[in-house]
Amino acid sequence: MNRPVLQAHGIGKVFSAEGMFRAIGKDKHAVADVSFDLHAGETLAIVGESGSGKSTTARLVMRLLEPSAGRVFWDGEEVTALSAHALRPMRRHIQMVFQDPFASLNPRMRIWQSVAEGLRVHQPDLSRQERRDRVAEALDICGLDESGMDRYPHQFSGGQRQRIGIARALIIEPKVLVLDEPVSALDVSVQAQILNLLKDIQDKRGLAYLFISHDLSVVRHMAGRISVMFGGRVVEQGKAADVFAAPMHPYTEALLQARPIAHPAERTQAATSKGADEGLAETGCAFRTRCAYTREDCAGFDNVLQHDTVACLHPLHQQK
Amino acid sequence: MLEIHDLSLSVSIQGQLVEAVSAVSLTLEPGRVLGLVGESGCGKSLTAQAVLRLGEYQGVTRTQGDILLDGQSIFSMPDESLRRMRGGKVAMVFQEPMTALNPVFSIGSQLIEVIRLHLDLDKAQARTRALSLLGDVGLQDAEMLLRQYPNALSGGMRQRVLIAMAMAADPDYIIADEPTTALDVSVQKRIIALLRGLQRERGLGLMLVTHDFGLVAEMCDDVAVMYAGQIVESGPVASIFDRPAHPYTRALMACRPEVGEVGEALQVIPGQVPAPGNWAKGCRFAPRCELVRDDCQLAVPAAERWHDGAHAARCLHVPEAS
Ligand SMILES: Nc1ncnc2c1ncn2[C@@H]1O[C@H](COP(=O)(O)OP(=O)(O)OP(=O)(O)O)[C@@H](O)[C@H]1O
Ligand SMILES: Nc1ncnc2c1ncn2[C@@H]1O[C@H](COP(=O)(O)OP(=O)(O)OP(=O)(O)O)[C@@H](O)[C@H]1O
Ligand SMILES: [Mg+2]
Ligand SMILES: [Mg+2]
Repeated sequence: MNRPVLQAHGIGKVFSAEGMFRAIGKDKHAVADVSFDLHAGETLAIVGESGSGKSTTARLVMRLLEPSAGRVFWDGEEVTALSAHALRPMRRHIQMVFQDPFASLNPRMRIWQSVAEGLRVHQPDLSRQERRDRVAEALDICGLDESGMDRYPHQFSGGQRQRIGIARALIIEPKVLVLDEPVSALDVSVQAQILNLLKDIQDKRGLAYLFISHDLSVVRHMAGRISVMFGGRVVEQGKAADVFAAPMHPYTEALLQARPIAHPAERTQAATSKGADEGLAETGCAFRTRCAYTREDCAGFDNVLQHDTVACLHPLHQQK
Repeated sequence: MLEIHDLSLSVSIQGQLVEAVSAVSLTLEPGRVLGLVGESGCGKSLTAQAVLRLGEYQGVTRTQGDILLDGQSIFSMPDESLRRMRGGKVAMVFQEPMTALNPVFSIGSQLIEVIRLHLDLDKAQARTRALSLLGDVGLQDAEMLLRQYPNALSGGMRQRVLIAMAMAADPDYIIADEPTTALDVSVQKRIIALLRGLQRERGLGLMLVTHDFGLVAEMCDDVAVMYAGQIVESGPVASIFDRPAHPYTRALMACRPEVGEVGEALQVIPGQVPAPGNWAKGCRFAPRCELVRDDCQLAVPAAERWHDGAHAARCLHVPEAS
């Protein structure tokens, strides 16, 4: 197989409690020991509950955050230690769509300028008119009218801003796109248009996606492989079809079972479930306090992936 | 009761006032949940923000209609009452958390400020309330969280902080604009349970702007579907799910990803929502409607009563009830 366009080797991030937090806070291990390869034309989804470290992982592989451990490779080249300056010309390779579109757009820049930013850096020879034409085209494929080009971010709706973020990432034709909840603000119809568009571009250009989403019906549609994160670690990874059909980690099973209902008649009185409020176990398997199948030896588990597939002493299904 | 009456709003585009919301009427009663759905860019947030008169700061102008809070027009309210209403009687959960959180203040100071602005509590009491609110929305380590700045929070944590902030002053109404987009299903269920509790016990009225039909199915009593600045269909939730009348509502429901087959292209409504100023003369959905007929381009359909008293659709050719 070709060499991966993106690799993470045991990456980790600790946010240390600083200054006045020193006394009360503990260091936050937001991400620990995450590894994956991503090949051209492939989609790897990262799923997991709120706060499990998905966005932090994305920012680490984008080199927007300094990893505390591990190594990151773009197109086979290690970028872990490179300075922001050295990275700049290489950023054409990998682009990101951010989770909070409003926070990622400069409120004082016109839309076309924000979208054209990458072009200015990576294709400085283009004339202003050429840049504007490229922006119009990028906006159009994201379902946005070019008449909006000269407006400011606050003049758009939430879903429109999310699509502006996608246009901005696509415009310089990267090989890898890191998408952090790219369609969460979109209604089902526009969401379907964008997902179809992403698949289309992938087929045509062999783009690779690192696709972060909490919406499993979307992930099911998009991803060939899945990494399930819990408490900053990957607890299960594998082919999407296998993971959906036969989850091995109890957390994955719980995640798959928590489906939204499809009709008001399915409402139940007590919509609460044991879960998020339990937090993580401090020692042993991080999931054990929430796990329906926990046994004594789970208290001694080191949370490391077994056979590169599942981090559980008692997986629910046998490994294939 | 919160009533939006025949409300039209215009936005300013290149110096021109252009209508973006047209004659919208909605009623939110205490103890009920009203869902507002529709494609991106059809005017949901503009409508929701009008309830707190927030659009005025973004160049949005009211051209007709009124909004009544317990019978009193919010447009004739003195500034002081308006300030007390916002976050006090009526609270808002914004679509994008970072538009509402200030990055230079800690979560604690922002949350405690809202609490003290509206409730007669001292600092320590307000702090206790803040801690319990954060626990209610399922956030761990609330003590630590109070000291953190918005940037140190994940997307879903920020969204839950906003929900906690909206509940801070025990409002009578919450206007929640896509409040759960960043939340996984199990956290979402927790928030749903929490809001349902408030609704039952305290008669909270909730207006829920969402594109998530799962959330609509879980929470809403009534649903209004918006297209190109207009309400095109409204009715009780079960009736909307079982007998969607407007071709737009039907098309929208067919696009849900869980409806499609894995590996196949997802169903879409071809074309896009026209921008304000580019609306069709007759039925605004006609240019994208599969069932369009000649007269659709001419006549402006009124919101006809259909099927039963409460279920209405703005379509000249509502299919026969089956
Ligand atoms: N700058 C920071 N300083 C301190 N802690 C941080 C910082 N950034 C993230 N964290 C913490 O790291 C953890 C993981 O955050 P991350 O944003 O990666 O979660 P996520 O999986 O993307 O969640 P969500 O689905 O809610 O977006 C959280 O507990 C968060 O509070
Ligand atoms: N302040 C503004 N100035 C100019 N145009 C605006 C302004 N706010 C919104 N618009 C436009 O009005 C239309 C409706 O916007 P609104 O934010 O209400 O959409 P929405 O239904 O909430 O969409 P989404 O689901 O994407 O959030 C959009 O076309 C948007 O571009
Ligand atoms: Mg995130
Ligand atoms: Mg909106």
